[in-house]
Amino acid sequence: MDLDQKRTRTVDRVVDSVDRDVESPESTPMCPFPDEVLEPVLSLINSHKDRSSVSLVCKDWYNAERWSRRHVFIGNCYSVSPEIVAGRFPKIRSVTLKGKPRFSDFNLVPEDWGADVYPWLIVLAKAYPFLEELRLKRMAVSDGSLEFLATNFPEFKALSLLSCDGFSTDGLKAIATYCRNLTELDIQENGIDDLGGDWLSCFPESLTSLQVLNFASLNSEVSFNALEKLVTRCKSLRVLKVNRNINLDQLQKLLLQAPQLTELGTGTFTQDLVTRPVADLETSFGNCKNLQTISGLWDTNSLYLSVIYPACASLTFLNLSCATLRSFELTMLLMHCKSLRRLWVLDTVGDRGLEAIGLWCPLLEELRVFPADPFEQEEVAGVTESGLVSVSRGCPKLHYVLYFCHQMTNAAVATVVQNCPGFTHFRLCIMNLGQPDYLTNEPMDEAFGAVVRSCPNLQRLAVSGLLTDLTFEYIGKYAKNLEILSVAFAGSSDLGLKYVLGGCPRLRKLEIRDCPFGNAALLSGLTKFESMRSLWMSACNLTMNGCRVLAKEMPRLNVEVMKDEDSEDSQAHKVYIYRTVAGPRRDAPPFVLTL
Amino acid sequence: MSVPLEHDYIGLSDASSLERSSESSNISSDNVTNNVFNLKATELSLGLPGFGKISEENATKFGPVIKNYMSGAKRGFSDVNFNGSEKWGLKGGSEADLCKGIDGVFEKNQTQQLISSSDVKPVEVEKKGPVSENGSVPPSAKAQVVGWPPIRSFRKNTMATNLSKNHTDVAEGSLGAGGCLYVKVSMDGAPYLRKIDLKIYHNYAELSKALEKMFSCFTIGQCTSNGIKGQGLTESKLKNLLHGSECVLTYEDKDGDWMLVGDVPWKMFIDSCKRLRIMKGSEAIGLAPRSMEKCKNRN
Repeated sequence: MDLDQKRTRTVDRVVDSVDRDVESPESTPMCPFPDEVLEPVLSLINSHKDRSSVSLVCKDWYNAERWSRRHVFIGNCYSVSPEIVAGRFPKIRSVTLKGKPRFSDFNLVPEDWGADVYPWLIVLAKAYPFLEELRLKRMAVSDGSLEFLATNFPEFKALSLLSCDGFSTDGLKAIATYCRNLTELDIQENGIDDLGGDWLSCFPESLTSLQVLNFASLNSEVSFNALEKLVTRCKSLRVLKVNRNINLDQLQKLLLQAPQLTELGTGTFTQDLVTRPVADLETSFGNCKNLQTISGLWDTNSLYLSVIYPACASLTFLNLSCATLRSFELTMLLMHCKSLRRLWVLDTVGDRGLEAIGLWCPLLEELRVFPADPFEQEEVAGVTESGLVSVSRGCPKLHYVLYFCHQMTNAAVATVVQNCPGFTHFRLCIMNLGQPDYLTNEPMDEAFGAVVRSCPNLQRLAVSGLLTDLTFEYIGKYAKNLEILSVAFAGSSDLGLKYVLGGCPRLRKLEIRDCPFGNAALLSGLTKFESMRSLWMSACNLTMNGCRVLAKEMPRLNVEVMKDEDSEDSQAHKVYIYRTVAGPRRDAPPFVLTL
Repeated sequence: MSVPLEHDYIGLSDASSLERSSESSNISSDNVTNNVFNLKATELSLGLPGFGKISEENATKFGPVIKNYMSGAKRGFSDVNFNGSEKWGLKGGSEADLCKGIDGVFEKNQTQQLISSSDVKPVEVEKKGPVSENGSVPPSAKAQVVGWPPIRSFRKNTMATNLSKNHTDVAEGSLGAGGCLYVKVSMDGAPYLRKIDLKIYHNYAELSKALEKMFSCFTIGQCTSNGIKGQGLTESKLKNLLHGSECVLTYEDKDGDWMLVGDVPWKMFIDSCKRLRIMKGSEAIGLAPRSMEKCKNRN
């Protein structure tokens, strides 16, 4: 039994018997370890959940833990204030911050809602001048914030921005120019104002420390000369994801300079004018012995796809979600990818393509199938239930699925979870709203019933299709480990939400839109909300009065209602509820009312 | 593989295709208790994008609007070219009716998508009815609900660019990114012009066939791309064409130049084509040297 396990067991035993009051826990003779021993031991614990548990044991452990913590994870930036964080943890080197509710990705949260990182940066600059890493998700980040970051943290090394918005490439210029020790610049899927690609040319000649560079989601052309030089001098570069403007010739030159890459995101993967034979490209890929991940592959076809075959044997993650491949193209590719664990594809590959997955990738653990044409501008067949069933047959280790389709049956889902009972993440999106089982015309209740019954390890579930309260009865009853639940256009009455709030002991995040759940259902979960990170309910049957009652009963929750011009005054159109120790937001815009 | 149905230039196919599609979908759903709603769902109605197969008890939940729009009323010709937004009542109140609690304000791009998809839909739905793979009717066009399907904006934008950049693919039957593209077709010596929607064809072969039917003396047979990306007419093919046929299909591009149809990939062609003209052979020879040169440069 290694040290980690031993430590955790001790914590488990002690936590039950000790008073959980964090403010002044009693120091007891149960904890004879001096700080000099405790701190280095605790510093080996990285999981923030474990650290939370450790901190609850007793005062000594609480202190030892806070002094040894180097990375703080804040899942909701409004659940705590930066001052409180700085006060508790004196030696932080790395901060992860998440801001807006997840439904903001789908335009359900108005702009200027908040989650501005700047107030955090001000405090962090004072408390942690030697901060090295900052990872932000769904935060509002301005160019000013990026400049502040670049100029106030001399040891700053790693910046990761995922789904953030409010900044432009000018902000990136500041990062490139001033962060002398930069190891990571990861810009993913942000609402960025792309003013041009010259930010990349701002990296000084002296910068050789870069390990991760991801600008795949930026549109402007960067100077290839600058990029090539950067890649050449950064010998530790292991992750390189370029944008679509980088062509195959250029990619080849980059690969020549960086055969040590473990993750590669290509640019456009086809060309009209062939300036060098395809065999050259193949050789380049063959020389990259450490490649585990390939993504990008825009505009590719069978001819060019074949050049990556030499690198496929060791691939564990293949992201084809930008490549409109067809079934035979995918099949030919997958024949070479026996070690694949994660695969993202577009539904252009069809059920046939999915059959190929079941055939050639027995080690597959994660599959995501995105719709190439979600709004059906064209009549694309996409994938159906039989594709998913084929994958489940061939890939018994599958535990993560995200599946966009137009039709599904209860029987198919039941078969899938029977084949793969180890699901931890089951996200099914039947794109037609309120669609029943297309063969039996029944609701899809039994499908999700089968999922929660067959998959005891289920952590995350997204439901869709025509669903009655029965689905939620099943979920509440059987989904003992469920932490994240996403519901849209489902349920028949308050009972649905009541079932979920009455069950699901581990529920942390609940997001609901367009369901007939009202105040009674909301209030049935009074005591549950403090054990959850957040609850989002939009376009349900909540009223202002119901929300006020909740706010009154539970003072440690922030009950925020977003007002909409179109809805009536008594309706609570969008409600966001979260636990917090920071009190009501001080930066709430006028349309956000904290009750 | 989709086969274009015969249709008049309006794009409405005849009633028989409707019947065929209903039959095939009834066969696929072997449920004896095929209730009324199921049959209704298989009707290829030209209504507003609805919610697909919503059961009747839920129709009320989603508003009476859906029932109205799911009726099988066919549109007349006068409606086809109509400004989509007025016809479908996209603005204000009816949006809110579509789904309880939808934000009153659609994103601008989504509204545009809705307009364009509602224009294109009637033709596409009817065409695909009898030939879809599993025999079931493809889902009717969806209402553009804010934030549905739950795809991140980044991915939406990537896909939109992909769709417009995609070369023609007959097997998958993909078309351009919505909308329709009516161009005038004139033929030397004919007393009147015709108009065709370029968006409903997938490649030069289909276009040629359609024009052949319209102008029966037309011989454009050889003037096709062979479906492989990037290869237009070869020099030898062009020579054969000019020596062998009487008529040549040309088009006026964005720059105002008259070009020989078939040189460029299909997608590029429909992006730049302003009008078509069927020339008599003698006039077309003047066009040839430039086209030949282009072929030389390509190969």
